[in-house]
Amino acid sequence: MTKLESTKSLTELREKLKAKNAALSQKDNPLSTIQVKVTMATCGIASGSRPVYDYMKEELSKRNIPAKVSQVGCMGFCYAEPTIEITMPGKKPVMFGFVSMKKADEIIERFIRKGEEIEGVIPMNYETA
Amino acid sequence: MAKQIRIALRNCGVIDPERIEDYIARDGYMALATVLTELTPEAVIEILKKSGLRGRGGGGFPAGLKWEITRKVQADQKYVVCNADEGDPGAFMDRSILEGDPHSVLEAMTINGYCTGASKGLIYIRAEYPLAVERLKTAMAQSREMGLLGDNILGTGFNFDIDIRYGAGAFVCGEETALIHSMEGLRGEPTVKPPFPSVEGYLKKPTNVNNVETFANVPVILNKGWEWFASIGTERSKGTKVFALAGKINNVGLVEVPMGTTLREVIYEIGGGIQYGKEFKAAQTGGPSGGCLTKKHLDTPIDYDNLIAAGSMMGSGGLIVMDEDDCMVAIAKFYLEFTVEESCGKCSPCRIGNKRLHEILGKITQGNGTMEDIDKLRNLGTVIKDTSLCGLGQSSPNPVLSTLDNFYDEYMEHVKDKKCRSKVCKSLMQYLVIAEKCIGCTLCARNCPVNAISGERKQAHFIDQEKCIKCGACMEKCKFNAIIIN
Repeated sequence: MTKLESTKSLTELREKLKAKNAALSQKDNPLSTIQVKVTMATCGIASGSRPVYDYMKEELSKRNIPAKVSQVGCMGFCYAEPTIEITMPGKKPVMFGFVSMKKADEIIERFIRKGEEIEGVIPMNYETA
Repeated sequence: MAKQIRIALRNCGVIDPERIEDYIARDGYMALATVLTELTPEAVIEILKKSGLRGRGGGGFPAGLKWEITRKVQADQKYVVCNADEGDPGAFMDRSILEGDPHSVLEAMTINGYCTGASKGLIYIRAEYPLAVERLKTAMAQSREMGLLGDNILGTGFNFDIDIRYGAGAFVCGEETALIHSMEGLRGEPTVKPPFPSVEGYLKKPTNVNNVETFANVPVILNKGWEWFASIGTERSKGTKVFALAGKINNVGLVEVPMGTTLREVIYEIGGGIQYGKEFKAAQTGGPSGGCLTKKHLDTPIDYDNLIAAGSMMGSGGLIVMDEDDCMVAIAKFYLEFTVEESCGKCSPCRIGNKRLHEILGKITQGNGTMEDIDKLRNLGTVIKDTSLCGLGQSSPNPVLSTLDNFYDEYMEHVKDKKCRSKVCKSLMQYLVIAEKCIGCTLCARNCPVNAISGERKQAHFIDQEKCIKCGACMEKCKFNAIIIN
């Protein structure tokens, strides 16, 4: 990480990162990829999201499905932990709750690989500033 | 439009809190950059004042005004403190912000330092939040590495750095003067205000103490403008509030709603209603310092002033939902138990008064309450509120007074009828055998730990109320539903 010497360097870095992020979800962009976000706040971890995170990372790699798996903070659905959010390129993010290993496997095989609609979706119920 | 708008939580669940790049990609540190290069401290303070941001820790004091007060004091050293103690049982808003978006707090503290003239920030965080501490430390290290914290921030010559201080489990250390004394290495006891910490605080220097959620709102207000923030909420309570929904509600979790949202919308639309289809009874806001909102308050728009008018307070944002199976007298007793344990003991009204309040509630829940006790509760509660040294004592009788006002008939049932309609107060419960249903299998008698049940085989059994310890084992074992709680 290089030191930012001025506002200009901060602005330039921001533009670069924003563009990179946008590319991730654009369908026909060569940089696009499936994004998997796993809630890793205390409630998530206490409900077992660490094994889910590891599983998603390992299995997606093993099954040759390129994806970016990252940890995020609390999405607010503490009653449904572990929760994960999947964004397929060009599509809106979809959130799943009560994700066990078995469910994670189903999500990979049916939702991600085959694009099927499966149960367990938690509807998004907020706007973000 | 969605009922929730995430402003303080804008990055939680979106970014990886351990990657500063994620924060920067979402306009992170832009507010700081703008402030340091284009705005005077007075201009920033003016923006905050116009936005109407009020302290989210519970006090609701206008943030811009607090920053201005510290700015105006002449001193050779000033401090910015982030109150991350979050002592209210059931509250986890601040923890979530610190675990999910720690940079927003760091950025806001640095902006505060620029405005107030402080060069040092301190985050007082409860030691029971190890993950939040870890994420804060990672965030601080990354920030320093990128020149966004420490010396010569962004090449502007402005110096500001932050240190972490740990709480040691005392609820009273969420009170700002007790917090400051705890950081000074003294016992966490509050001191009289004035002088207010903004003028004379940590090590006797001007200290600007703000809550985590208050800070989380600052960068986005500066980025999107005070008009945008002020367009959300009610006339005197702008913006949103994060609530930690807990208790007997289906969708337990964190919600962030514009001020003015009604309790009904929070509980039924966002919260998914009461568990198991039970009936809503009350919602406790403000934790041990707050009161209950009942069915008649369901359509009250939630904001600072309305909650105080309803006999409660916003508090830090804990919202505990209770249903028909909760006993309001037992709830008041539970909160008093907490406050008695947490009272620092410095002033008599709180130290002695709360203990007496707790004892009286104990008498009532055990079936020994009298009408004089009810009068005493009210009088004593009012005196404690008026004469305690700090906010802990000044608000500890609130659960009692609020439940007395809203659930007087429940208190009467406990005192006059010696009954607890929610079947919570064990001393007021009787386990009874319904003779018509009992076939005399003797299973209950054999499982009673104190041999309180007598009866011949194939004949209706009988429970001796004097011996019965209300453990419920008999009812659990009975296969014929012949034992009930009266």
